[in-house]
Amino acid sequence: MDEQNKVRLTKSDRLKVFWRSQFLQASWNFERMQNVGWAYSMIPALKKLYASKEDRALALKRHLEFFNTHPYLAAPVLGVTLTLEEEKAAGEDIDNAAVQGVKIGMMGPLAGVGDPIFWGTLRPVLGAFAASLALSESWLGPIIFFLAWNIIRMAFLWYSQELGYVQGGNITQNLAGGLMQKLTQGASVLGMFIMGVLVPRWTAMNFPMVISRVENAEADMIDFAAISEAANEGVLSGDMLRTVVADIQAGMAIQPEEVTTLQNTLDQLLPGVAPLLLTLFCVWLLRKKVSPITIIGGIFVVGVIGYVLGILG
Amino acid sequence: MNIITIILVLLVAFLAGMEGILDQFQFHQPIIACTLIGLVTGNPVDGLLLGGTLQLIALGWMNIGAAVAPDAALASVASAILVTLRGAGVSEGIALAIPLAIAGQVLTIFVRTLTVGIAHAADGKAKEGSFRAVEWLHIGALMLQGLRIAIPAAIILSVPAELVTDGLNAIPAWLTGGLAVAGGMIVAVGYAMVINMMATPKLWVFFALGFALSAVGELNLIAMGIIGVVLALLYLQFAPEFNQGGGGGGNSNGGDPLDDILNDY
Repeated sequence: MDEQNKVRLTKSDRLKVFWRSQFLQASWNFERMQNVGWAYSMIPALKKLYASKEDRALALKRHLEFFNTHPYLAAPVLGVTLTLEEEKAAGEDIDNAAVQGVKIGMMGPLAGVGDPIFWGTLRPVLGAFAASLALSESWLGPIIFFLAWNIIRMAFLWYSQELGYVQGGNITQNLAGGLMQKLTQGASVLGMFIMGVLVPRWTAMNFPMVISRVENAEADMIDFAAISEAANEGVLSGDMLRTVVADIQAGMAIQPEEVTTLQNTLDQLLPGVAPLLLTLFCVWLLRKKVSPITIIGGIFVVGVIGYVLGILG
Repeated sequence: MNIITIILVLLVAFLAGMEGILDQFQFHQPIIACTLIGLVTGNPVDGLLLGGTLQLIALGWMNIGAAVAPDAALASVASAILVTLRGAGVSEGIALAIPLAIAGQVLTIFVRTLTVGIAHAADGKAKEGSFRAVEWLHIGALMLQGLRIAIPAAIILSVPAELVTDGLNAIPAWLTGGLAVAGGMIVAVGYAMVINMMATPKLWVFFALGFALSAVGELNLIAMGIIGVVLALLYLQFAPEFNQGGGGGGNSNGGDPLDDILNDY
Protein backbone atom coordinates (compact mmCIF):
# COMPACT_ATOMS: atom_id res chain seq x y z
CA MET A 1 0.00 0.00 0.00
CA ASP A 2 1.22 3.44 -0.82
CA GLU A 3 1.26 5.13 2.57
CA GLN A 4 1.88 8.55 1.03
CA ASN A 5 -1.48 8.63 -0.71
CA LYS A 6 -3.43 7.51 2.30
CA VAL A 7 -5.84 10.14 3.58
CA ARG A 8 -5.72 10.27 7.38
CA LEU A 9 -8.65 11.37 9.49
CA THR A 10 -7.53 14.22 11.71
CA LYS A 11 -8.53 14.76 15.31
CA SER A 12 -10.98 17.43 14.19
CA ASP A 13 -12.67 14.93 11.82
CA ARG A 14 -12.97 12.47 14.67
CA LEU A 15 -14.35 15.17 16.97
CA LYS A 16 -17.04 15.90 14.37
CA VAL A 17 -17.99 12.23 14.29
CA PHE A 18 -18.05 12.20 18.10
CA TRP A 19 -20.36 15.23 18.22
CA ARG A 20 -22.72 13.76 15.63
CA SER A 21 -22.81 10.36 17.33
CA GLN A 22 -24.85 12.02 20.07
CA PHE A 23 -27.69 12.25 17.58
CA LEU A 24 -27.44 8.59 16.65
CA GLN A 25 -31.02 7.77 17.58
CA ALA A 26 -32.77 10.86 16.16
CA SER A 27 -34.39 8.93 13.32
CA TRP A 28 -34.68 5.60 15.14
CA ASN A 29 -37.16 3.51 13.17
CA PHE A 30 -38.67 0.06 13.52
CA GLU A 31 -37.19 -1.16 10.25
CA ARG A 32 -33.42 -0.55 10.42
CA MET A 33 -33.35 1.24 13.80
CA GLN A 34 -30.23 3.43 14.14
CA ASN A 35 -29.24 3.17 10.47
CA VAL A 36 -29.74 6.81 9.34
CA GLY A 37 -28.16 8.08 12.55
CA TRP A 38 -25.15 5.86 11.91
CA ALA A 39 -24.74 7.26 8.39
CA TYR A 40 -25.23 10.77 9.77
CA SER A 41 -22.40 10.21 12.27
CA MET A 42 -20.06 8.80 9.59
CA ILE A 43 -20.67 11.63 7.08
CA PRO A 44 -17.79 13.96 8.19
CA ALA A 45 -15.35 11.08 7.63
CA LEU A 46 -16.95 9.90 4.37
CA LYS A 47 -16.86 13.46 3.03
CA LYS A 48 -13.13 13.61 3.62
CA LEU A 49 -12.33 10.11 2.32
CA TYR A 50 -14.46 10.03 -0.83
CA ALA A 51 -14.63 12.80 -3.40
CA SER A 52 -16.56 11.39 -6.37
CA LYS A 53 -20.33 11.20 -6.41
CA GLU A 54 -20.26 7.44 -7.15
CA ASP A 55 -17.95 6.67 -4.22
CA ARG A 56 -20.08 8.80 -1.91
CA ALA A 57 -23.28 7.07 -3.00
CA LEU A 58 -21.72 3.65 -2.38
CA ALA A 59 -20.38 4.73 1.00
CA LEU A 60 -23.77 6.07 2.10
CA LYS A 61 -25.51 2.90 0.96
CA ARG A 62 -22.98 0.83 2.92
CA HIS A 63 -23.70 2.77 6.11
CA LEU A 64 -27.49 2.83 5.80
CA GLU A 65 -27.71 -0.87 6.61
CA PHE A 66 -29.40 -2.14 9.78
CA PHE A 67 -27.66 -1.10 12.95
CA ASN A 68 -28.75 -1.04 16.59
CA THR A 69 -26.85 -1.08 19.85
CA HIS A 70 -26.71 0.87 23.08
CA PRO A 71 -26.44 4.53 21.96
CA TYR A 72 -23.18 5.09 23.87
CA LEU A 73 -21.54 1.78 22.97
CA ALA A 74 -21.89 2.72 19.30
CA ALA A 75 -18.84 4.96 19.88
CA PRO A 76 -16.18 2.19 19.88
CA VAL A 77 -17.87 0.64 16.82
CA LEU A 78 -17.70 4.01 15.08
CA GLY A 79 -13.99 4.22 15.96
CA VAL A 80 -13.24 0.81 14.45
CA THR A 81 -15.32 1.59 11.35
CA LEU A 82 -13.42 4.86 10.85
CA THR A 83 -10.18 2.88 10.67
CA LEU A 84 -11.75 0.42 8.23
CA GLU A 85 -13.02 3.21 5.98
CA GLU A 86 -9.60 4.88 6.07
CA GLU A 87 -7.99 1.65 4.87
CA LYS A 88 -10.68 1.07 2.28
CA ALA A 89 -10.35 4.57 0.84
CA ALA A 90 -6.58 3.99 0.60
CA GLY A 91 -7.28 1.03 -1.65
CA GLU A 92 -7.16 -1.83 0.84
CA ASP A 93 -9.36 -4.74 -0.14
CA ILE A 94 -12.20 -4.40 2.36
CA ASP A 95 -15.63 -5.27 0.99
CA ASN A 96 -19.04 -4.14 2.20
CA ALA A 97 -19.63 -7.44 3.93
CA ALA A 98 -16.51 -6.97 6.04
CA VAL A 99 -17.61 -3.52 7.20
CA GLN A 100 -21.11 -4.77 7.95
CA GLY A 101 -19.66 -7.85 9.66
CA VAL A 102 -17.60 -5.75 12.06
CA LYS A 103 -20.58 -3.56 12.87
CA ILE A 104 -22.99 -6.43 13.45
CA GLY A 105 -20.37 -8.47 15.28
CA MET A 106 -19.68 -5.71 17.77
CA MET A 107 -23.14 -4.26 18.30
CA GLY A 108 -24.73 -7.26 20.03
CA PRO A 109 -22.15 -7.92 22.75
CA LEU A 110 -21.66 -4.19 23.32
CA ALA A 111 -25.38 -3.58 23.80
CA GLY A 112 -25.30 -6.37 26.36
CA VAL A 113 -22.60 -4.47 28.23
CA GLY A 114 -24.06 -0.97 27.91
CA ASP A 115 -27.61 -1.69 29.00
CA PRO A 116 -26.79 -3.00 32.49
CA ILE A 117 -24.00 -0.46 33.09
CA PHE A 118 -25.65 2.75 31.89
CA TRP A 119 -29.40 2.10 32.10
CA GLY A 120 -29.33 -0.57 34.79
CA THR A 121 -26.81 0.82 37.26
CA LEU A 122 -25.44 4.28 36.62
CA ARG A 123 -28.69 6.09 35.84
CA PRO A 124 -30.82 4.52 38.61
CA VAL A 125 -28.09 5.06 41.21
CA LEU A 126 -27.39 8.64 40.12
CA GLY A 127 -31.11 9.34 39.65
CA ALA A 128 -32.04 7.98 43.06
CA PHE A 129 -29.27 9.94 44.73
CA ALA A 130 -30.28 13.16 42.94
CA ALA A 131 -33.96 12.53 43.67
CA SER A 132 -33.23 12.24 47.40
CA LEU A 133 -31.51 15.64 47.25
CA ALA A 134 -34.39 17.12 45.25
CA LEU A 135 -36.96 15.83 47.74
CA SER A 136 -35.16 17.73 50.50
CA GLU A 137 -35.57 20.80 48.24
CA SER A 138 -31.90 20.95 47.32
CA TRP A 139 -31.05 22.29 43.85
CA LEU A 140 -27.94 20.18 43.89
CA GLY A 141 -30.15 17.21 42.92
CA PRO A 142 -30.84 18.13 39.29
CA ILE A 143 -27.50 19.94 38.91
CA ILE A 144 -25.41 16.97 40.07
CA PHE A 145 -27.48 14.57 37.98
CA PHE A 146 -27.07 16.64 34.81
CA LEU A 147 -23.36 17.40 35.22
CA ALA A 148 -22.22 14.00 36.45
CA TRP A 149 -24.17 12.12 33.78
CA ASN A 150 -23.03 14.27 30.88
CA ILE A 151 -19.38 14.41 31.92
CA ILE A 152 -19.25 10.62 32.26
CA ARG A 153 -21.19 10.14 29.02
CA MET A 154 -19.16 12.51 26.86
CA ALA A 155 -15.86 11.26 28.22
CA PHE A 156 -16.98 7.71 27.51
CA LEU A 157 -18.14 8.54 23.96
CA TRP A 158 -14.90 10.28 23.03
CA TYR A 159 -12.38 7.94 24.65
CA SER A 160 -14.09 4.73 23.58
CA GLN A 161 -14.34 6.06 20.01
CA GLU A 162 -10.61 6.88 20.10
CA LEU A 163 -9.88 3.47 21.56
CA GLY A 164 -11.80 1.89 18.69
CA TYR A 165 -10.01 4.07 16.14
CA VAL A 166 -6.50 3.32 17.45
CA GLN A 167 -7.08 -0.35 18.18
CA GLY A 168 -8.88 -0.97 14.91
CA GLY A 169 -9.53 -4.63 14.34
CA ASN A 170 -8.02 -5.72 17.67
CA ILE A 171 -10.82 -4.24 19.72
CA THR A 172 -13.20 -7.14 19.31
CA GLN A 173 -10.63 -9.47 20.82
CA ASN A 174 -10.04 -7.17 23.76
CA LEU A 175 -13.75 -6.98 24.42
CA ALA A 176 -14.09 -10.72 24.23
CA GLY A 177 -11.36 -10.93 26.89
CA GLY A 178 -11.92 -10.34 30.56
CA LEU A 179 -12.19 -6.56 30.66
CA MET A 180 -15.82 -6.10 29.71
CA GLN A 181 -16.87 -9.06 31.78
CA LYS A 182 -15.11 -7.60 34.79
CA LEU A 183 -16.70 -4.23 34.25
CA THR A 184 -20.19 -5.70 33.94
CA GLN A 185 -19.73 -7.93 36.99
CA GLY A 186 -18.33 -5.11 39.11
CA ALA A 187 -21.12 -2.75 38.08
CA SER A 188 -23.71 -5.43 38.81
CA VAL A 189 -22.31 -6.02 42.32
CA LEU A 190 -22.51 -2.28 43.03
CA GLY A 191 -25.95 -2.07 41.43
CA MET A 192 -27.42 -4.97 43.39
CA PHE A 193 -26.01 -3.58 46.64
CA ILE A 194 -27.45 -0.10 46.01
CA MET A 195 -30.82 -1.58 45.03
CA GLY A 196 -30.85 -3.38 48.37
CA VAL A 197 -30.12 -0.07 50.08
CA LEU A 198 -32.84 1.83 48.22
CA VAL A 199 -35.68 -0.67 48.63
CA PRO A 200 -36.39 -0.03 52.34
CA ARG A 201 -35.56 3.68 52.20
CA TRP A 202 -37.56 5.01 49.31
CA THR A 203 -40.57 2.80 48.97
CA ALA A 204 -43.35 4.53 50.87
CA MET A 205 -45.60 1.86 52.41
CA ASN A 206 -47.52 2.40 55.60
CA PHE A 207 -50.08 0.14 57.28
CA PRO A 208 -52.00 2.34 59.73
CA MET A 209 -54.48 -0.45 60.55
CA VAL A 210 -54.81 -0.71 64.32
CA ILE A 211 -54.05 -4.15 65.71
CA SER A 212 -54.41 -3.58 69.40
CA ARG A 213 -55.29 -0.90 71.93
CA VAL A 214 -54.00 -1.38 75.46
CA GLU A 215 -54.95 1.03 78.23
CA ASN A 216 -51.98 2.23 80.22
CA ALA A 217 -52.14 1.94 83.98
CA GLU A 218 -52.34 5.33 85.68
CA ALA A 219 -49.09 4.77 87.54
CA ASP A 220 -47.23 4.25 84.23
CA MET A 221 -48.47 7.54 82.84
CA ILE A 222 -47.16 11.04 83.19
CA ASP A 223 -49.53 13.09 85.34
CA PHE A 224 -50.25 15.88 82.87
CA ALA A 225 -53.26 17.05 84.91
CA ALA A 226 -51.02 17.93 87.89
CA ILE A 227 -48.65 19.89 85.65
CA SER A 228 -51.37 21.95 83.99
CA GLU A 229 -52.84 22.65 87.43
CA ALA A 230 -49.47 23.83 88.67
CA ALA A 231 -49.09 26.00 85.58
CA ASN A 232 -52.52 27.58 86.13
CA GLU A 233 -51.71 28.34 89.73
CA GLY A 234 -48.38 29.81 88.69
CA VAL A 235 -46.25 27.37 90.70
CA LEU A 236 -44.81 25.44 87.73
CA SER A 237 -41.09 25.13 88.27
CA GLY A 238 -38.15 24.09 86.15
CA ASP A 239 -37.64 21.07 88.37
CA MET A 240 -41.14 19.79 87.64
CA LEU A 241 -40.53 19.98 83.89
CA ARG A 242 -37.15 18.31 84.26
CA THR A 243 -38.81 15.43 86.12
CA VAL A 244 -41.36 15.07 83.30
CA VAL A 245 -38.65 14.86 80.64
CA ALA A 246 -36.69 12.37 82.72
CA ASP A 247 -39.85 10.26 83.17
CA ILE A 248 -40.50 10.25 79.42
CA GLN A 249 -36.92 9.23 78.74
CA ALA A 250 -37.30 6.50 81.32
CA GLY A 251 -40.14 5.10 79.24
CA MET A 252 -43.28 6.36 80.90
CA ALA A 253 -46.34 6.62 78.67
CA ILE A 254 -47.72 9.93 77.48
CA GLN A 255 -50.98 8.59 76.02
CA PRO A 256 -53.76 6.94 78.03
CA GLU A 257 -53.85 4.22 75.38
CA GLU A 258 -51.07 2.22 73.73
CA VAL A 259 -52.04 1.90 70.05
CA THR A 260 -50.22 -0.70 68.00
CA THR A 261 -50.64 -0.49 64.23
CA LEU A 262 -49.75 -3.18 61.75
CA GLN A 263 -46.82 -0.96 60.73
CA ASN A 264 -45.42 -0.97 64.31
CA THR A 265 -45.51 -4.75 64.35
CA LEU A 266 -43.79 -5.00 60.97
CA ASP A 267 -41.11 -2.54 62.06
CA GLN A 268 -40.38 -4.68 65.13
CA LEU A 269 -39.99 -7.69 62.90
CA LEU A 270 -37.69 -5.98 60.38
CA PRO A 271 -37.98 -2.40 59.15
CA GLY A 272 -38.68 -2.27 55.44
CA VAL A 273 -39.91 -5.84 55.18
CA ALA A 274 -43.08 -4.83 53.28
CA PRO A 275 -41.21 -2.93 50.50
CA LEU A 276 -38.81 -5.87 50.28
CA LEU A 277 -41.62 -8.38 49.76
CA LEU A 278 -43.31 -6.07 47.25
CA THR A 279 -40.08 -5.69 45.26
CA LEU A 280 -39.39 -9.42 45.24
CA PHE A 281 -42.97 -10.05 44.16
CA CYS A 282 -42.48 -7.61 41.27
CA VAL A 283 -39.24 -9.37 40.25
CA TRP A 284 -41.13 -12.65 40.26
CA LEU A 285 -43.95 -11.19 38.15
CA LEU A 286 -41.45 -9.76 35.64
CA ARG A 287 -39.82 -13.19 35.33
CA LYS A 288 -43.28 -14.58 34.63
CA LYS A 289 -43.35 -12.16 31.66
CA VAL A 290 -45.97 -9.87 33.18
CA SER A 291 -45.48 -6.44 31.61
CA PRO A 292 -44.34 -3.58 33.92
CA ILE A 293 -47.35 -1.49 32.92
CA THR A 294 -49.71 -4.27 34.03
CA ILE A 295 -47.90 -4.45 37.37
CA ILE A 296 -48.12 -0.68 37.81
CA GLY A 297 -51.85 -0.84 37.01
CA GLY A 298 -52.24 -3.63 39.57
CA ILE A 299 -50.46 -1.61 42.24
CA PHE A 300 -52.81 1.30 41.59
CA VAL A 301 -55.83 -0.95 42.08
CA VAL A 302 -54.33 -2.43 45.27
CA GLY A 303 -53.44 1.06 46.53
CA VAL A 304 -56.96 2.41 46.04
CA ILE A 305 -58.67 -0.62 47.57
CA GLY A 306 -56.20 -0.71 50.49
CA TYR A 307 -56.73 2.99 51.13
CA VAL A 308 -60.52 2.70 51.07
CA LEU A 309 -60.41 -0.27 53.48
CA GLY A 310 -58.00 1.59 55.78
CA ILE A 311 -55.25 -1.04 55.51
CA LEU A 312 -52.86 1.20 53.58
CA GLY A 313 -52.29 4.86 54.27
CA MET B 1 -49.37 33.25 32.03
CA ASN B 2 -47.63 35.48 29.49
CA ILE B 3 -46.35 34.73 26.02
CA ILE B 4 -42.73 34.32 27.15
CA THR B 5 -43.71 31.65 29.68
CA ILE B 6 -45.64 29.79 26.99
CA ILE B 7 -42.70 29.89 24.58
CA LEU B 8 -40.25 28.72 27.25
CA VAL B 9 -42.53 25.87 28.35
CA LEU B 10 -42.92 24.73 24.75
CA LEU B 11 -39.16 24.96 24.29
CA VAL B 12 -38.54 22.71 27.31
CA ALA B 13 -41.20 20.33 25.98
CA PHE B 14 -39.52 20.23 22.57
CA LEU B 15 -36.12 19.58 24.16
CA ALA B 16 -37.55 16.79 26.33
CA GLY B 17 -39.19 15.24 23.26
CA MET B 18 -35.91 15.16 21.34
CA GLU B 19 -34.04 13.71 24.30
CA GLY B 20 -36.75 11.10 24.74
CA ILE B 21 -35.38 9.44 21.62
CA LEU B 22 -31.71 10.46 21.81
CA ASP B 23 -31.22 9.47 25.47
CA GLN B 24 -27.99 11.47 25.68
CA PHE B 25 -28.23 14.74 27.65
CA GLN B 26 -31.17 13.42 29.73
CA PHE B 27 -33.43 16.48 29.38
CA HIS B 28 -36.35 14.04 29.34
CA GLN B 29 -35.61 12.63 32.80
CA PRO B 30 -38.18 13.89 35.34
CA ILE B 31 -35.60 15.44 37.64
CA ILE B 32 -34.40 17.70 34.80
CA ALA B 33 -37.64 18.23 32.82
CA CYS B 34 -39.91 18.98 35.81
CA THR B 35 -37.32 21.28 37.36
CA LEU B 36 -36.95 23.22 34.10
CA ILE B 37 -40.74 23.57 33.71
CA GLY B 38 -40.89 24.74 37.35
CA LEU B 39 -38.18 27.32 36.69
CA VAL B 40 -39.74 28.82 33.55
CA THR B 41 -43.21 28.97 35.11
CA GLY B 42 -42.00 30.57 38.34
CA ASN B 43 -42.81 27.63 40.64
CA PRO B 44 -39.35 26.12 40.96
CA VAL B 45 -39.88 24.27 44.25
CA ASP B 46 -43.01 22.47 43.04
CA GLY B 47 -41.16 21.44 39.90
CA LEU B 48 -38.19 20.21 41.92
CA LEU B 49 -40.33 18.12 44.30
CA LEU B 50 -42.39 16.63 41.46
CA GLY B 51 -39.20 15.89 39.54
CA GLY B 52 -37.59 14.12 42.49
CA THR B 53 -40.66 11.97 43.11
CA LEU B 54 -41.20 11.08 39.45
CA GLN B 55 -37.50 10.29 39.05
CA LEU B 56 -37.81 7.55 41.66
CA ILE B 57 -40.80 6.10 39.81
CA ALA B 58 -39.03 6.24 36.44
CA LEU B 59 -35.76 4.62 37.64
CA GLY B 60 -36.34 1.45 35.66
CA TRP B 61 -37.79 2.93 32.48
CA MET B 62 -35.21 2.11 29.84
CA ASN B 63 -35.22 1.37 26.13
CA ILE B 64 -33.48 -1.94 25.58
CA GLY B 65 -32.98 -3.18 22.04
CA ALA B 66 -36.15 -2.55 20.10
CA ALA B 67 -38.41 -2.47 23.17
CA VAL B 68 -39.93 0.92 23.95
CA ALA B 69 -40.21 1.90 27.63
CA PRO B 70 -42.93 4.07 29.23
CA ASP B 71 -42.20 7.62 28.15
CA ALA B 72 -40.62 9.79 30.86
CA ALA B 73 -40.70 12.89 28.62
CA LEU B 74 -44.47 13.32 28.29
CA ALA B 75 -45.06 12.17 31.88
CA SER B 76 -42.66 14.80 33.26
CA VAL B 77 -43.57 17.70 31.00
CA ALA B 78 -47.36 17.33 31.07
CA SER B 79 -47.67 16.65 34.79
CA ALA B 80 -45.22 19.48 35.58
CA ILE B 81 -47.40 21.88 33.55
CA LEU B 82 -50.49 20.69 35.42
CA VAL B 83 -48.79 21.14 38.79
CA THR B 84 -47.04 24.46 38.18
CA LEU B 85 -49.59 26.27 36.01
CA ARG B 86 -52.88 24.50 36.51
CA GLY B 87 -53.05 24.21 40.28
CA ALA B 88 -52.82 20.43 40.55
CA GLY B 89 -51.14 19.08 43.69
CA VAL B 90 -47.84 17.19 43.50
CA SER B 91 -49.55 13.91 44.44
CA GLU B 92 -52.14 14.43 41.70
CA GLY B 93 -49.32 15.15 39.28
CA ILE B 94 -47.72 11.82 40.19
CA ALA B 95 -50.97 9.91 39.76
CA LEU B 96 -51.48 11.49 36.33
CA ALA B 97 -47.89 10.79 35.28
CA ILE B 98 -48.49 7.06 34.78
CA PRO B 99 -51.29 7.32 32.18
CA LEU B 100 -49.29 10.13 30.56
CA ALA B 101 -46.22 7.89 30.32
CA ILE B 102 -48.27 5.27 28.50
CA ALA B 103 -49.73 7.90 26.15
CA GLY B 104 -46.19 9.11 25.43
CA GLN B 105 -45.11 5.52 24.73
CA VAL B 106 -47.89 5.17 22.16
CA LEU B 107 -46.85 8.47 20.54
CA THR B 108 -43.18 7.51 20.26
CA ILE B 109 -44.10 4.15 18.74
CA PHE B 110 -46.16 6.10 16.20
CA VAL B 111 -43.24 8.42 15.34
CA ARG B 112 -40.78 5.51 15.21
CA THR B 113 -43.05 3.90 12.62
CA LEU B 114 -43.29 7.15 10.61
CA THR B 115 -39.49 7.34 10.48
CA VAL B 116 -39.39 4.08 8.49
CA GLY B 117 -40.49 6.35 5.63
CA ILE B 118 -37.62 8.71 6.41
CA ALA B 119 -35.15 5.82 6.26
CA HIS B 120 -36.46 4.94 2.78
CA ALA B 121 -36.23 8.56 1.66
CA ALA B 122 -32.61 8.53 2.88
CA ASP B 123 -31.95 5.44 0.71
CA GLY B 124 -33.17 7.40 -2.31
CA LYS B 125 -30.99 10.41 -1.56
CA ALA B 126 -28.01 8.15 -0.86
CA LYS B 127 -28.15 6.92 -4.47
CA GLU B 128 -27.49 10.52 -5.54
CA GLY B 129 -24.60 10.69 -3.09
CA SER B 130 -26.22 13.66 -1.35
CA PHE B 131 -24.88 13.99 2.19
CA ARG B 132 -26.85 17.17 2.77
CA ALA B 133 -30.24 15.54 2.06
CA VAL B 134 -29.52 12.58 4.37
CA GLU B 135 -28.54 15.01 7.12
CA TRP B 136 -31.74 17.01 6.75
CA LEU B 137 -33.91 13.90 6.79
CA HIS B 138 -32.21 12.80 9.99
CA ILE B 139 -32.72 16.19 11.67
CA GLY B 140 -36.31 16.26 10.40
CA ALA B 141 -37.02 13.01 12.23
CA LEU B 142 -35.60 14.58 15.39
CA MET B 143 -37.97 17.53 14.98
CA LEU B 144 -40.90 15.09 14.80
CA GLN B 145 -39.82 13.60 18.13
CA GLY B 146 -39.64 17.11 19.63
CA LEU B 147 -43.15 17.93 18.38
CA ARG B 148 -44.37 14.66 19.90
CA ILE B 149 -44.10 16.35 23.32
CA ALA B 150 -44.47 20.04 22.33
CA ILE B 151 -47.91 19.54 20.71
CA PRO B 152 -49.51 17.79 23.72
CA ALA B 153 -47.95 20.47 25.95
CA ALA B 154 -49.51 23.20 23.79
CA ILE B 155 -52.89 21.46 24.02
CA ILE B 156 -52.70 21.33 27.83
CA LEU B 157 -51.69 25.01 27.92
CA SER B 158 -54.57 26.08 25.66
CA VAL B 159 -57.32 24.38 27.69
CA PRO B 160 -58.84 26.98 30.08
CA ALA B 161 -57.46 26.72 33.61
CA GLU B 162 -60.94 26.38 35.18
CA LEU B 163 -61.65 23.32 33.07
CA VAL B 164 -58.50 21.60 34.36
CA THR B 165 -59.12 22.63 37.98
CA ASP B 166 -62.77 21.54 37.79
CA GLY B 167 -61.68 18.25 36.31
CA LEU B 168 -59.12 17.74 39.05
CA ASN B 169 -61.61 18.72 41.76
CA ALA B 170 -64.10 16.24 40.36
CA ILE B 171 -61.73 13.39 41.26
CA PRO B 172 -63.07 11.92 44.52
CA ALA B 173 -60.89 11.93 47.66
CA TRP B 174 -60.74 8.12 47.95
CA LEU B 175 -59.24 7.98 44.47
CA THR B 176 -56.57 10.66 44.99
CA GLY B 177 -55.71 9.21 48.43
CA GLY B 178 -55.48 5.72 46.96
CA LEU B 179 -53.40 6.90 44.02
CA ALA B 180 -51.02 8.69 46.38
CA VAL B 181 -50.60 5.46 48.37
CA ALA B 182 -50.00 3.51 45.17
CA GLY B 183 -47.57 6.19 43.98
CA GLY B 184 -45.31 5.44 46.93
CA MET B 185 -45.30 1.75 46.10
CA ILE B 186 -44.73 1.99 42.35
CA VAL B 187 -41.01 2.57 42.84
CA ALA B 188 -40.81 -1.15 43.59
CA VAL B 189 -41.57 -1.93 39.92
CA GLY B 190 -38.63 0.22 38.83
CA TYR B 191 -36.35 -1.50 41.33
CA ALA B 192 -37.61 -4.88 40.17
CA MET B 193 -36.85 -4.08 36.51
CA VAL B 194 -33.31 -3.03 37.34
CA ILE B 195 -32.74 -6.01 39.65
CA ASN B 196 -34.17 -8.37 37.07
CA MET B 197 -31.59 -7.25 34.56
CA MET B 198 -28.56 -7.57 36.85
CA ALA B 199 -29.44 -10.41 39.15
CA THR B 200 -27.59 -13.68 38.96
CA PRO B 201 -27.82 -16.20 41.83
CA LYS B 202 -24.38 -15.12 43.09
CA LEU B 203 -25.28 -11.45 43.26
CA TRP B 204 -28.36 -11.74 45.48
CA VAL B 205 -26.12 -11.78 48.56
CA PHE B 206 -25.12 -8.18 47.80
CA PHE B 207 -28.76 -7.19 47.57
CA ALA B 208 -29.41 -8.81 50.96
CA LEU B 209 -26.41 -7.06 52.51
CA GLY B 210 -27.49 -3.67 51.18
CA PHE B 211 -31.00 -4.21 52.46
CA ALA B 212 -29.90 -5.21 55.94
CA LEU B 213 -27.44 -2.31 56.29
CA SER B 214 -30.03 0.14 55.05
CA ALA B 215 -33.04 -1.13 57.02
CA VAL B 216 -31.38 -1.07 60.44
CA GLY B 217 -28.45 1.33 59.96
CA GLU B 218 -28.21 5.08 59.82
CA LEU B 219 -25.49 5.34 57.15
CA ASN B 220 -26.20 7.92 54.46
CA LEU B 221 -26.08 7.22 50.73
CA ILE B 222 -22.53 8.40 50.17
CA ALA B 223 -21.26 5.97 52.80
CA MET B 224 -23.39 3.26 51.18
CA GLY B 225 -21.90 4.10 47.79
CA ILE B 226 -18.37 3.72 49.16
CA ILE B 227 -19.25 0.37 50.72
CA GLY B 228 -20.74 -0.74 47.40
CA VAL B 229 -17.64 0.20 45.40
CA VAL B 230 -15.39 -1.56 47.94
CA LEU B 231 -17.56 -4.69 47.68
CA ALA B 232 -17.38 -4.59 43.87
CA LEU B 233 -13.59 -4.29 43.89
CA LEU B 234 -13.22 -7.05 46.47
CA TYR B 235 -15.52 -9.26 44.41
CA LEU B 236 -13.40 -8.77 41.29
CA GLN B 237 -10.25 -9.57 43.27
CA PHE B 238 -11.52 -12.72 44.91
CA ALA B 239 -14.16 -14.20 42.61
CA PRO B 240 -12.83 -17.47 41.21
CA GLU B 241 -13.88 -16.72 37.61
CA PHE B 242 -11.43 -13.81 37.50
CA ASN B 243 -8.59 -15.72 39.14
CA GLN B 244 -7.86 -18.56 36.77
CA GLY B 245 -4.93 -16.80 35.14
CA GLY B 246 -5.33 -15.30 31.71
CA GLY B 247 -8.07 -13.01 32.88
CA GLY B 248 -10.90 -15.18 31.59
CA GLY B 249 -9.06 -16.17 28.42
CA GLY B 250 -8.65 -14.34 25.18
CA ASN B 251 -5.41 -12.59 26.10
CA SER B 252 -2.24 -14.36 25.12
CA ASN B 253 0.10 -12.87 27.70
CA GLY B 254 -2.23 -13.60 30.58
CA GLY B 255 -1.96 -10.23 32.28
CA ASP B 256 -4.67 -7.80 33.22
CA PRO B 257 -6.55 -7.04 29.99
CA LEU B 258 -7.08 -3.43 31.05
CA ASP B 259 -3.31 -3.03 31.34
CA ASP B 260 -2.80 -4.61 27.93
CA ILE B 261 -5.15 -2.17 26.26
CA LEU B 262 -3.68 0.81 28.05
CA ASN B 263 -0.16 -0.28 27.12
CA ASP B 264 -1.09 -0.68 23.46
CA TYR B 265 -2.96 2.61 23.57
